[in-house]
Amino acid sequence: MTDVKEGDLIPEMTFPPISRHTLALYCGASGDHNPVHVDIDFAKQYGLDDVIAHGMLSMAYLGRMLTSWRPQSSLRKFSARFAGMVQVGEIISCHGMVSKIYSGANEEKLAELSIFAKTNDERDVIVGEAIISL
Amino acid sequence: MLDKQYIGHVFKPIKVPVELGRLKFFAKSIGENNPIYFDVDAAQKAGYRSVIAPPTFTMVIDSEYESESMPEFDLMGIDIGRILHANQSFEYFLPICAGDEIFATRRIKNITEKKAGTLEFVEIDSEYHNQEGELVATSLMTFVYRN
Repeated sequence: MTDVKEGDLIPEMTFPPISRHTLALYCGASGDHNPVHVDIDFAKQYGLDDVIAHGMLSMAYLGRMLTSWRPQSSLRKFSARFAGMVQVGEIISCHGMVSKIYSGANEEKLAELSIFAKTNDERDVIVGEAIISL
Repeated sequence: MLDKQYIGHVFKPIKVPVELGRLKFFAKSIGENNPIYFDVDAAQKAGYRSVIAPPTFTMVIDSEYESESMPEFDLMGIDIGRILHANQSFEYFLPICAGDEIFATRRIKNITEKKAGTLEFVEIDSEYHNQEGELVATSLMTFVYRN
């Protein structure tokens, strides 16, 4: 696949509002049982008003954007900086752009992607990057 | 303050079977709708041995360490309510499929302080090998501990 150019946008994805059910499912399925994501009493003990979403859930959503666009077998690197907390009821959307095309080891043609996830009120949740093979 | 003597600590490796049911449940929890992530026939038609693990799935493998939450929390006496996940990165070499057995190793790479020790950053790196001994992925996690 060589039709990817610098500046190309990755088709964005928007996910359903984060519900307590979403967080309960992710807690069980991911094995991340940190109570701050599912137990409001625990969250309040630590000064939060409510449970917060798992950062890895938003990263998984970014992964879905990437693998919906290109096959997962082309994904070489995927990194995220967690920039903000996600509250129940917020809507996450994922976005990205091809920032650079270059040659890696063995002349493999690679694309560096700058990617981010944000809430419906335009707060950054994740700022990250990925590298795919073309 | 976290004890810096733990820098370089290597945890006892774990061997984790990648179960089809676990992959299907994980796919459901992230709303995945591409059948290669939950339907064996669709995955095989796409050229995979079986259903494949999504890019963030190695974190699920990490949940199999024998500990209340994460092994470094038990080791260092970390209060889980005071941590925040700061950074996460993965590098990929080969797919992980249902039926694989993944051998995971985990190490405390570094512990650094910021803001006069009120925040500490802990870096954990992991390697994942499959049943053939092939390196399939690596990960680097950074979490912040609020003292």
